[in-house]
Amino acid sequence: MEYRDYYKILGVERSAAQDEIKRAYRKLARKYHPDVSKEDAAEERFKEVNEAYEVLKDPEKRAAYDQLGSSWNSGQDFRPPPNWDQGFEFHGGGYTEADPAAFSDFFESLFGRGGFSRGSFHGGGQRFHAQGENTHARIAIDIEDSYAGSKRQITLKHSELGPNGRPVVKERKLNITIPKGVTEGQQIRLAGQGEPGMGDGKPGDLYLEIVFNPHPRFSVEGTTVYLNLPVSPWEAALGEKVPVQTPSGTVNLTLPPNSKSGGKLRLKGRGLPAKEPGDLYVVLDIVTPPADTEQEREAYRNFRDSFRFDPRTGAS
Amino acid sequence: MGNQFDTNELTAVLLDENSRVTLRELCQACALTAEQVTALMDEGVVEAQQVSGTLYFSGVCVRKVHRMVRLEQDLGVNHAGAALALELLEEIEQLRARIRRLERH
Repeated sequence: MEYRDYYKILGVERSAAQDEIKRAYRKLARKYHPDVSKEDAAEERFKEVNEAYEVLKDPEKRAAYDQLGSSWNSGQDFRPPPNWDQGFEFHGGGYTEADPAAFSDFFESLFGRGGFSRGSFHGGGQRFHAQGENTHARIAIDIEDSYAGSKRQITLKHSELGPNGRPVVKERKLNITIPKGVTEGQQIRLAGQGEPGMGDGKPGDLYLEIVFNPHPRFSVEGTTVYLNLPVSPWEAALGEKVPVQTPSGTVNLTLPPNSKSGGKLRLKGRGLPAKEPGDLYVVLDIVTPPADTEQEREAYRNFRDSFRFDPRTGAS
Repeated sequence: MGNQFDTNELTAVLLDENSRVTLRELCQACALTAEQVTALMDEGVVEAQQVSGTLYFSGVCVRKVHRMVRLEQDLGVNHAGAALALELLEEIEQLRARIRRLERH
Protein backbone atom coordinates (compact mmCIF):
# COMPACT_ATOMS: atom_id res chain seq x y z
CA MET A 1 0.00 0.00 0.00
CA GLU A 2 1.19 3.48 -0.75
CA TYR A 3 1.82 6.21 1.76
CA ARG A 4 -0.34 9.30 1.28
CA ASP A 5 0.93 12.72 2.18
CA TYR A 6 -2.26 14.40 3.36
CA TYR A 7 -0.53 17.73 3.95
CA LYS A 8 0.79 17.76 0.40
CA ILE A 9 -2.64 16.85 -0.98
CA LEU A 10 -4.15 19.91 0.74
CA GLY A 11 -1.07 22.00 -0.05
CA VAL A 12 -0.42 23.05 3.54
CA GLU A 13 2.58 22.90 5.86
CA ARG A 14 2.72 20.21 8.50
CA SER A 15 2.51 23.01 11.05
CA ALA A 16 -0.67 24.49 9.54
CA ALA A 17 -3.36 25.66 11.96
CA GLN A 18 -6.78 24.00 11.86
CA ASP A 19 -8.47 26.99 10.24
CA GLU A 20 -5.75 27.09 7.60
CA ILE A 21 -6.45 23.44 6.79
CA LYS A 22 -10.15 24.17 6.53
CA ARG A 23 -9.54 27.06 4.14
CA ALA A 24 -7.25 24.95 1.96
CA TYR A 25 -9.82 22.16 1.92
CA ARG A 26 -12.72 24.46 1.01
CA LYS A 27 -10.75 25.94 -1.87
CA LEU A 28 -9.79 22.55 -3.29
CA ALA A 29 -13.27 21.12 -2.73
CA ARG A 30 -14.76 23.94 -4.80
CA LYS A 31 -12.12 23.45 -7.47
CA TYR A 32 -12.46 19.69 -7.84
CA HIS A 33 -16.11 19.11 -6.98
CA PRO A 34 -17.35 16.69 -9.66
CA ASP A 35 -20.42 18.85 -10.27
CA VAL A 36 -18.28 21.90 -10.84
CA SER A 37 -15.05 20.78 -12.43
CA LYS A 38 -14.70 19.50 -15.95
CA GLU A 39 -11.17 18.22 -15.43
CA ASP A 40 -10.81 14.51 -16.16
CA ALA A 41 -9.26 13.59 -12.86
CA ALA A 42 -11.52 15.88 -10.82
CA GLU A 43 -13.42 13.08 -9.12
CA GLU A 44 -10.23 11.29 -8.11
CA ARG A 45 -8.75 14.51 -6.78
CA PHE A 46 -11.96 15.35 -4.93
CA LYS A 47 -11.88 12.00 -3.15
CA GLU A 48 -8.23 12.43 -2.29
CA VAL A 49 -8.84 15.92 -0.91
CA ASN A 50 -11.78 14.66 1.17
CA GLU A 51 -9.73 11.81 2.54
CA ALA A 52 -6.94 14.19 3.50
CA TYR A 53 -9.38 16.56 5.18
CA GLU A 54 -11.12 13.71 6.97
CA VAL A 55 -7.83 13.04 8.76
CA LEU A 56 -6.43 16.54 9.18
CA LYS A 57 -9.64 18.24 10.33
CA ASP A 58 -9.88 15.87 13.25
CA PRO A 59 -7.20 16.67 15.87
CA GLU A 60 -7.19 13.04 17.06
CA LYS A 61 -6.66 11.56 13.64
CA ARG A 62 -4.20 14.29 12.71
CA ALA A 63 -2.09 13.62 15.79
CA ALA A 64 -2.09 9.92 15.05
CA TYR A 65 -1.15 10.54 11.44
CA ASP A 66 1.63 12.89 12.50
CA GLN A 67 3.02 10.04 14.65
CA LEU A 68 4.06 8.32 11.43
CA GLY A 69 6.66 11.03 11.04
CA SER A 70 7.50 13.28 8.14
CA SER A 71 10.09 11.10 6.44
CA TRP A 72 7.58 9.35 4.20
CA ASN A 73 7.02 10.33 0.58
CA SER A 74 3.77 10.10 -1.35
CA GLY A 75 3.46 6.78 -3.14
CA GLN A 76 6.17 5.15 -1.04
CA ASP A 77 5.40 1.57 -0.04
CA PHE A 78 3.88 1.76 3.40
CA ARG A 79 3.25 -0.64 6.27
CA PRO A 80 1.83 0.76 9.48
CA PRO A 81 4.32 0.31 12.32
CA PRO A 82 3.18 -2.24 14.91
CA ASN A 83 0.86 -0.71 17.49
CA TRP A 84 1.30 2.62 15.81
CA ASP A 85 -1.97 4.01 17.12
CA GLN A 86 -1.51 2.89 20.68
CA GLY A 87 -2.66 5.51 23.07
CA PHE A 88 -4.94 7.17 20.56
CA GLU A 89 -8.62 6.97 21.04
CA PHE A 90 -10.87 7.73 18.11
CA HIS A 91 -14.33 9.05 18.72
CA GLY A 92 -17.24 8.67 16.42
CA GLY A 93 -17.44 6.66 13.31
CA GLY A 94 -15.25 8.75 11.08
CA TYR A 95 -16.61 9.31 7.64
CA THR A 96 -20.26 8.70 8.23
CA GLU A 97 -21.54 10.35 5.07
CA ALA A 98 -18.79 9.28 2.69
CA ASP A 99 -18.75 6.17 0.59
CA PRO A 100 -16.74 3.59 2.57
CA ALA A 101 -14.99 2.39 -0.55
CA ALA A 102 -14.02 5.91 -1.56
CA PHE A 103 -11.04 6.14 0.74
CA SER A 104 -7.72 4.48 0.13
CA ASP A 105 -6.30 1.30 1.63
CA PHE A 106 -3.82 3.58 3.34
CA PHE A 107 -6.63 5.40 5.16
CA GLU A 108 -8.31 2.14 6.01
CA SER A 109 -5.17 0.60 7.48
CA LEU A 110 -4.81 3.60 9.79
CA PHE A 111 -8.34 4.42 10.78
CA GLY A 112 -10.44 1.40 9.87
CA ARG A 113 -13.69 1.73 8.08
CA GLY A 114 -15.50 3.94 10.54
CA GLY A 115 -19.07 3.37 11.51
CA PHE A 116 -19.93 1.31 8.50
CA SER A 117 -22.62 -1.06 9.67
CA ARG A 118 -25.06 -1.71 6.91
CA GLY A 119 -27.33 -4.66 7.49
CA SER A 120 -27.36 -4.32 11.24
CA PHE A 121 -31.11 -3.84 11.09
CA HIS A 122 -31.63 -7.54 10.53
CA GLY A 123 -32.13 -9.79 13.50
CA GLY A 124 -33.92 -8.81 16.64
CA GLY A 125 -37.62 -9.22 17.11
CA GLN A 126 -39.01 -6.69 14.70
CA ARG A 127 -37.94 -6.86 11.08
CA PHE A 128 -37.00 -3.61 9.51
CA HIS A 129 -38.30 -2.77 6.08
CA ALA A 130 -36.96 0.06 4.01
CA GLN A 131 -36.67 0.94 0.39
CA GLY A 132 -33.14 0.55 -0.91
CA GLU A 133 -31.09 3.62 -1.65
CA ASN A 134 -31.14 5.23 -5.05
CA THR A 135 -27.85 5.21 -6.85
CA HIS A 136 -26.45 7.69 -9.35
CA ALA A 137 -23.94 7.26 -12.14
CA ARG A 138 -22.88 8.94 -15.34
CA ILE A 139 -22.71 7.17 -18.69
CA ALA A 140 -21.29 8.26 -22.03
CA ILE A 141 -23.25 7.41 -25.16
CA ASP A 142 -22.90 8.31 -28.82
CA ILE A 143 -25.07 11.01 -30.35
CA GLU A 144 -26.41 8.40 -32.77
CA ASP A 145 -27.72 6.37 -29.81
CA SER A 146 -30.08 9.21 -28.94
CA TYR A 147 -31.41 9.33 -32.52
CA ALA A 148 -32.03 5.62 -32.73
CA GLY A 149 -33.04 4.98 -29.12
CA SER A 150 -30.63 2.10 -29.36
CA LYS A 151 -29.89 -0.77 -27.04
CA ARG A 152 -26.63 -0.52 -25.18
CA GLN A 153 -24.76 -2.57 -22.68
CA ILE A 154 -23.29 -0.47 -19.92
CA THR A 155 -20.85 -1.43 -17.21
CA LEU A 156 -21.18 0.08 -13.75
CA LYS A 157 -18.76 -0.19 -10.88
CA HIS A 158 -19.89 -0.28 -7.29
CA SER A 159 -18.52 -1.39 -3.96
CA GLU A 160 -19.79 -4.33 -2.01
CA LEU A 161 -18.73 -5.86 1.27
CA GLY A 162 -16.49 -8.82 0.55
CA PRO A 163 -16.37 -12.03 2.65
CA ASN A 164 -13.73 -10.53 4.95
CA GLY A 165 -15.86 -7.46 5.59
CA ARG A 166 -13.76 -5.16 3.41
CA PRO A 167 -15.35 -3.32 0.52
CA VAL A 168 -14.45 -4.69 -2.89
CA VAL A 169 -15.15 -3.06 -6.23
CA LYS A 170 -17.48 -5.07 -8.41
CA GLU A 171 -18.69 -4.60 -11.92
CA ARG A 172 -22.11 -5.29 -13.29
CA LYS A 173 -23.40 -5.10 -16.78
CA LEU A 174 -26.83 -3.82 -17.69
CA ASN A 175 -28.60 -4.04 -21.02
CA ILE A 176 -30.59 -0.87 -21.42
CA THR A 177 -32.59 0.82 -24.11
CA ILE A 178 -31.53 4.43 -24.40
CA PRO A 179 -34.67 6.59 -24.65
CA LYS A 180 -34.93 8.35 -27.98
CA GLY A 181 -34.03 12.02 -27.89
CA VAL A 182 -32.03 12.00 -24.66
CA THR A 183 -29.53 14.84 -24.55
CA GLU A 184 -26.47 15.74 -22.57
CA GLY A 185 -27.12 16.60 -18.95
CA GLN A 186 -30.42 14.76 -18.81
CA GLN A 187 -31.04 11.84 -16.53
CA ILE A 188 -32.67 8.52 -17.19
CA ARG A 189 -34.15 6.35 -14.49
CA LEU A 190 -33.98 2.57 -14.23
CA ALA A 191 -36.56 1.43 -11.73
CA GLY A 192 -35.42 -1.09 -9.13
CA GLN A 193 -31.75 -1.04 -10.15
CA GLY A 194 -30.43 0.86 -7.13
CA GLU A 195 -29.44 -0.65 -3.80
CA PRO A 196 -31.51 -3.62 -2.62
CA GLY A 197 -34.14 -2.86 0.01
CA MET A 198 -34.07 -4.14 3.56
CA GLY A 199 -36.60 -6.71 4.65
CA ASP A 200 -39.50 -6.52 2.25
CA GLY A 201 -38.50 -3.04 1.11
CA LYS A 202 -38.29 -2.39 -2.61
CA PRO A 203 -34.90 -1.84 -4.20
CA GLY A 204 -33.97 1.75 -5.00
CA ASP A 205 -33.74 3.23 -8.48
CA LEU A 206 -30.68 3.84 -10.59
CA TYR A 207 -30.29 7.32 -12.07
CA LEU A 208 -27.96 7.70 -15.02
CA GLU A 209 -26.76 11.08 -16.18
CA ILE A 210 -26.07 11.25 -19.90
CA VAL A 211 -22.98 12.69 -21.52
CA PHE A 212 -22.16 12.37 -25.21
CA ASN A 213 -18.90 10.93 -26.45
CA PRO A 214 -17.06 13.59 -28.42
CA HIS A 215 -17.80 13.21 -32.11
CA PRO A 216 -15.45 14.44 -34.84
CA ARG A 217 -18.25 16.06 -36.88
CA PHE A 218 -21.37 16.41 -34.75
CA SER A 219 -21.93 18.59 -31.73
CA VAL A 220 -25.05 19.13 -29.67
CA GLU A 221 -26.54 22.10 -27.87
CA GLY A 222 -29.79 21.07 -26.23
CA THR A 223 -31.75 19.38 -29.00
CA THR A 224 -29.96 21.31 -31.77
CA VAL A 225 -27.29 19.36 -33.60
CA TYR A 226 -24.47 20.99 -35.55
CA LEU A 227 -22.65 19.20 -38.31
CA ASN A 228 -19.45 20.36 -39.88
CA LEU A 229 -19.50 19.84 -43.66
CA PRO A 230 -16.27 20.28 -45.63
CA VAL A 231 -17.02 21.48 -49.20
CA SER A 232 -14.83 22.44 -52.13
CA PRO A 233 -14.82 26.06 -53.40
CA TRP A 234 -16.64 25.07 -56.62
CA GLU A 235 -19.32 23.10 -54.77
CA ALA A 236 -19.97 26.17 -52.64
CA ALA A 237 -19.82 28.67 -55.53
CA LEU A 238 -21.85 26.70 -58.03
CA GLY A 239 -24.36 25.41 -55.50
CA GLU A 240 -23.79 21.74 -56.15
CA LYS A 241 -25.52 18.79 -54.61
CA VAL A 242 -23.40 17.09 -51.93
CA PRO A 243 -24.05 13.99 -49.83
CA VAL A 244 -24.23 14.72 -46.10
CA GLN A 245 -23.94 12.03 -43.47
CA THR A 246 -26.34 13.14 -40.76
CA PRO A 247 -26.82 11.21 -37.52
CA SER A 248 -30.09 9.87 -38.97
CA GLY A 249 -28.71 8.83 -42.35
CA THR A 250 -27.29 10.29 -45.53
CA VAL A 251 -29.14 13.13 -47.24
CA ASN A 252 -28.32 14.86 -50.52
CA LEU A 253 -28.11 18.55 -49.86
CA THR A 254 -28.17 21.17 -52.62
CA LEU A 255 -26.06 24.09 -51.55
CA PRO A 256 -27.29 27.59 -52.35
CA PRO A 257 -24.99 29.12 -55.02
CA ASN A 258 -22.25 31.38 -53.60
CA SER A 259 -22.37 29.70 -50.19
CA LYS A 260 -19.84 31.11 -47.76
CA SER A 261 -17.57 29.30 -45.35
CA GLY A 262 -19.19 29.20 -41.91
CA GLY A 263 -22.62 29.52 -43.49
CA LYS A 264 -25.35 27.48 -41.79
CA LEU A 265 -28.00 25.47 -43.58
CA ARG A 266 -30.92 24.37 -41.45
CA LEU A 267 -32.51 20.95 -41.80
CA LYS A 268 -35.69 21.34 -39.82
CA GLY A 269 -36.54 18.61 -37.37
CA ARG A 270 -33.38 16.61 -38.04
CA GLY A 271 -31.81 17.43 -34.68
CA LEU A 272 -32.40 15.24 -31.65
CA PRO A 273 -35.82 13.57 -31.81
CA ALA A 274 -37.59 15.14 -28.82
CA LYS A 275 -41.30 15.89 -28.46
CA GLU A 276 -40.45 19.02 -30.41
CA PRO A 277 -37.56 17.69 -32.50
CA GLY A 278 -34.50 19.89 -32.68
CA ASP A 279 -33.03 21.22 -35.92
CA LEU A 280 -29.86 20.12 -37.62
CA TYR A 281 -27.51 22.86 -38.77
CA VAL A 282 -25.02 22.03 -41.49
CA VAL A 283 -22.07 24.39 -41.06
CA LEU A 284 -20.11 24.80 -44.28
CA ASP A 285 -16.36 24.62 -44.17
CA ILE A 286 -14.84 25.54 -47.54
CA VAL A 287 -11.60 23.65 -47.98
CA THR A 288 -9.18 24.80 -50.64
CA PRO A 289 -7.06 22.15 -52.37
CA PRO A 290 -3.27 22.55 -52.19
CA ALA A 291 -1.45 23.54 -55.36
CA ASP A 292 1.29 20.93 -55.54
CA THR A 293 1.68 20.23 -59.24
CA GLU A 294 2.29 22.62 -62.10
CA GLN A 295 -1.18 21.86 -63.45
CA GLU A 296 -2.75 22.78 -60.12
CA ARG A 297 -0.74 25.96 -59.85
CA GLU A 298 -1.89 26.89 -63.34
CA ALA A 299 -5.48 26.35 -62.29
CA TYR A 300 -4.99 28.78 -59.40
CA ARG A 301 -3.40 31.31 -61.78
CA ASN A 302 -6.47 31.03 -63.97
CA PHE A 303 -8.54 31.62 -60.88
CA ARG A 304 -6.61 34.75 -60.08
CA ASP A 305 -6.91 36.09 -63.61
CA SER A 306 -10.62 35.31 -63.88
CA PHE A 307 -11.60 37.07 -60.65
CA ARG A 308 -10.43 40.48 -59.68
CA PHE A 309 -10.98 39.40 -56.13
CA ASP A 310 -9.42 40.99 -53.08
CA PRO A 311 -10.52 39.15 -49.90
CA ARG A 312 -9.31 42.11 -47.77
CA THR A 313 -11.77 44.52 -49.34
CA GLY A 314 -14.23 41.94 -50.64
CA ALA A 315 -14.06 43.62 -54.06
CA SER A 316 -14.35 41.40 -57.10
CA MET B 1 -27.31 -4.69 -6.33
CA GLY B 2 -30.07 -6.01 -8.56
CA ASN B 3 -27.86 -8.67 -10.09
CA GLN B 4 -30.81 -10.89 -10.80
CA PHE B 5 -31.95 -8.44 -13.48
CA ASP B 6 -28.66 -8.23 -15.27
CA THR B 7 -29.46 -10.28 -18.32
CA ASN B 8 -32.85 -8.71 -18.86
CA GLU B 9 -33.56 -5.83 -21.13
CA LEU B 10 -34.18 -2.74 -19.04
CA THR B 11 -36.29 0.16 -20.09
CA ALA B 12 -35.00 3.53 -19.06
CA VAL B 13 -37.36 6.40 -18.35
CA LEU B 14 -36.22 9.74 -19.71
CA LEU B 15 -36.43 12.53 -17.14
CA ASP B 16 -36.79 15.48 -19.49
CA GLU B 17 -38.94 18.63 -19.37
CA ASN B 18 -41.98 16.70 -20.55
CA SER B 19 -41.80 14.01 -17.89
CA ARG B 20 -43.27 14.32 -14.42
CA VAL B 21 -42.21 13.03 -11.03
CA THR B 22 -44.26 13.17 -7.85
CA LEU B 23 -43.10 14.87 -4.66
CA ARG B 24 -42.59 11.41 -3.20
CA GLU B 25 -40.40 10.32 -6.11
CA LEU B 26 -38.35 13.49 -5.96
CA CYS B 27 -37.82 13.06 -2.21
CA GLN B 28 -36.74 9.46 -2.65
CA ALA B 29 -34.46 10.21 -5.59
CA CYS B 30 -32.57 12.88 -3.67
CA ALA B 31 -32.94 11.47 -0.13
CA LEU B 32 -34.77 14.56 1.09
CA THR B 33 -37.83 15.10 3.23
CA ALA B 34 -40.92 16.83 1.86
CA GLU B 35 -40.06 19.83 4.09
CA GLN B 36 -36.62 20.11 2.52
CA VAL B 37 -38.13 20.04 -0.97
CA THR B 38 -40.62 22.69 0.09
CA ALA B 39 -37.71 24.87 1.21
CA LEU B 40 -36.24 24.54 -2.29
CA MET B 41 -39.59 25.56 -3.77
CA ASP B 42 -39.56 28.65 -1.55
CA GLU B 43 -36.09 29.43 -2.88
CA GLY B 44 -37.51 29.31 -6.40
CA VAL B 45 -35.24 26.44 -7.41
CA VAL B 46 -37.99 24.02 -8.38
CA GLU B 47 -41.60 24.61 -9.27
CA ALA B 48 -44.45 22.22 -8.65
CA GLN B 49 -47.81 21.73 -10.27
CA GLN B 50 -50.72 20.51 -8.27
CA VAL B 51 -52.98 18.02 -10.04
CA SER B 52 -55.92 16.71 -8.01
CA GLY B 53 -54.10 17.03 -4.71
CA THR B 54 -50.75 15.59 -5.82
CA LEU B 55 -47.66 17.70 -6.35
CA TYR B 56 -45.81 17.08 -9.60
CA PHE B 57 -42.40 18.29 -10.70
CA SER B 58 -40.70 18.27 -14.06
CA GLY B 59 -38.33 15.32 -14.51
CA VAL B 60 -35.33 17.64 -14.86
CA CYS B 61 -35.82 18.68 -11.22
CA VAL B 62 -34.32 15.38 -10.08
CA ARG B 63 -30.88 16.19 -11.41
CA LYS B 64 -31.14 19.82 -10.35
CA VAL B 65 -32.10 19.03 -6.75
CA HIS B 66 -29.61 16.20 -6.51
CA ARG B 67 -26.78 18.44 -7.66
CA MET B 68 -27.87 21.10 -5.18
CA VAL B 69 -27.84 18.62 -2.33
CA ARG B 70 -24.33 17.52 -3.26
CA LEU B 71 -23.05 21.08 -3.54
CA GLU B 72 -24.56 21.97 -0.17
CA GLN B 73 -23.16 18.91 1.57
CA ASP B 74 -19.72 18.98 0.00
CA LEU B 75 -19.02 22.70 -0.15
CA GLY B 76 -20.96 23.97 2.84
CA VAL B 77 -23.03 26.47 0.84
CA ASN B 78 -26.64 27.33 1.61
CA HIS B 79 -29.69 27.01 -0.67
CA ALA B 80 -29.17 30.43 -2.22
CA GLY B 81 -25.49 29.78 -2.86
CA ALA B 82 -26.11 26.35 -4.37
CA ALA B 83 -28.92 27.73 -6.53
CA LEU B 84 -26.65 30.48 -7.82
CA ALA B 85 -23.84 27.97 -8.47
CA LEU B 86 -26.25 25.76 -10.42
CA GLU B 87 -27.46 28.58 -12.62
CA LEU B 88 -23.89 29.61 -13.36
CA LEU B 89 -22.87 26.01 -14.02
CA GLU B 90 -25.72 25.59 -16.49
CA GLU B 91 -24.61 28.72 -18.29
CA ILE B 92 -21.01 27.51 -18.35
CA GLU B 93 -22.10 24.17 -19.78
CA GLN B 94 -23.94 25.93 -22.60
CA LEU B 95 -20.97 28.17 -23.30
CA ARG B 96 -18.58 25.21 -23.27
CA ALA B 97 -20.75 23.36 -25.79
CA ARG B 98 -20.74 26.43 -28.00
CA ILE B 99 -16.96 26.85 -27.73
CA ARG B 100 -16.43 23.19 -28.61
CA ARG B 101 -18.50 23.69 -31.73
CA LEU B 102 -16.90 26.98 -32.76
CA GLU B 103 -13.38 25.76 -32.21
CA ARG B 104 -13.80 23.27 -35.01
CA HIS B 105 -13.67 25.97 -37.65
